[in-house]
Amino acid sequence: MPDTPFIDDGSNLPLSELRWPDDDLTRIPDWIYTSEEVFQRERERIFFGETWCFVALEAEVPDPGSFKRSYVGDVPVIVSRDEDGEIHVFENRCAHRGVEFCRELRGKAENFTCPYHQWMYDLKGELMAVPFRRGDRGEGGMPKNFKLEEHNPKKLNVTTRHGVVFASFSDSVESLEEYLGPDNLEQFDVVFAGRKLKILGFYKNRLQGNWKLYHENLKDPYHATLLHVYLATFRLMVAGQKSAMICDESGRHSTMASTKDDDMVITEETASQMKAAFREGMELHDPEFLKYVEEFDSPWTVTMQIIWPNLIVQRELNTLGIRHIVPRGPHALDMYWTMFGYDDDTPEMDKHRLKQANLMGPSGYLGVDDNEAIKFLQDGFKHSYSDEGIVKLEPEKEGSTQTLISEASVRALYRHYREVMDI
Amino acid sequence: MATNLSPDEARALRFDIEEFNTEYARILDAQDINAWPDFFTGDGFYRITGRENYDAGLTIGLVWCEGRPMMQDRAAAVKTTMVHAPRYLRHYNSNVRVIDVDADGTIHSESNYLVVETLMEEETRIFQAGLYIDEFVREDGALLLKARDCIYDSLLIPNDMVYPV
Repeated sequence: MPDTPFIDDGSNLPLSELRWPDDDLTRIPDWIYTSEEVFQRERERIFFGETWCFVALEAEVPDPGSFKRSYVGDVPVIVSRDEDGEIHVFENRCAHRGVEFCRELRGKAENFTCPYHQWMYDLKGELMAVPFRRGDRGEGGMPKNFKLEEHNPKKLNVTTRHGVVFASFSDSVESLEEYLGPDNLEQFDVVFAGRKLKILGFYKNRLQGNWKLYHENLKDPYHATLLHVYLATFRLMVAGQKSAMICDESGRHSTMASTKDDDMVITEETASQMKAAFREGMELHDPEFLKYVEEFDSPWTVTMQIIWPNLIVQRELNTLGIRHIVPRGPHALDMYWTMFGYDDDTPEMDKHRLKQANLMGPSGYLGVDDNEAIKFLQDGFKHSYSDEGIVKLEPEKEGSTQTLISEASVRALYRHYREVMDI
Repeated sequence: MATNLSPDEARALRFDIEEFNTEYARILDAQDINAWPDFFTGDGFYRITGRENYDAGLTIGLVWCEGRPMMQDRAAAVKTTMVHAPRYLRHYNSNVRVIDVDADGTIHSESNYLVVETLMEEETRIFQAGLYIDEFVREDGALLLKARDCIYDSLLIPNDMVYPV
């Protein structure tokens, strides 16, 4: 039985009639999470617009001929490495009839052949052969002026930095370095410092919520201290700890950073504000689990970086991973996780990362909380009498901040979003 | 059927494993999560991972526990710290296949599992289909898991996975 919500938050109106409440960034209308028309415009202006979208880690396509299926927005693309080692990104759609021809998640190939009529593409995504192009015994076949080079799948612009591959439909997008801005580039380079990566594995889950909720989640440090009982209980992130929300100038990218402090005294007042989020006295049977092995040139023990519009770089103690957002209409998103370490990790470090991976992912001690909260949010938007939410914490700021008790970077995101979307 | 066992021995062993799995499923259905680590040896290993990882020899787990203390910590997290909507889960286990028994008595076996999930106001759905790859040992005559690798086919997990399988 499909969920057919009755939505009366304005999302059924044409986009031209939707108005942000009083142009007030402290109020967020529900229709940005529920409207099909908003989602269509997001595809055009954000995912196909002036952005760099994550598509792969180079370690996933290590050799000539390596490829993976990926997505830009919800559009399936192929990421491949050609004979010369160069990476290409092109739409996973046959130029003939539109077949999504590459069905393997990843692998190695000399070329790609569409199964329907055997059109063949090389590793650069260029059409190499069309069967019976000249017809059969003088009959049929393509027109005489048919040119292979005019029928390639749509190719995307590609850029890489320290082993991370981004693609863009835009020919006029700025360089990745300019796109990220200096502060978020610096945070990106902590995890991706040029050390060769080792892929530890993959997860995928479908979240029952709008894709922007994941951005908000990582721009909302307030929730980290309250929803995530595990973080507070084991002092991974507690109000009062050294922390920061580092935003770029545009407000679209950010890094939530914090430093674990085992000696920090949690005052009675903090404990009482956290209410249910703090389990006094709970201890681990395996205390080694939360050990932090220093390996980064950074004062932070956790950084959660979100790069607009589809990449999260996760560094929680020694567990590292990226999350790739694939929006699935207004009401769902797919999350593609790639967990990794570094190629020169010792067997002990390998094991430490595998153990700490329990923190994150679709079964993570922290991961589960967020996935559930995002579904609860979307449920709230789908079936409601009321039709807006508020983000008022730390009203004097917009963007970067030093306190966890803030929504300043959520507001910064929506200033940028409204400009791009013209809503 | 295991090559180094007589048909009767293999049949008896399969029945023992089915009994074990029935009880294992019962405590998971009851969400008696604190009882779950007791199905393993003290140094037991438990992992849940997608078939794409298993087939590629990748080592990550959605859940990755080495030793009963780590399993106790996961049980405590599920019970105490992880925030999630209430749900019913039902576990089905079948096709138990005894593969081999080592000289030291370690039993290698496999079986299929299926988990059906019901959220309170939603339709019941198949949550996960997968394969247990197991190593059992006997302690005081009773079977215990030395290792259980849960390899799921259902790569796209619906929302999240709170409980072990």
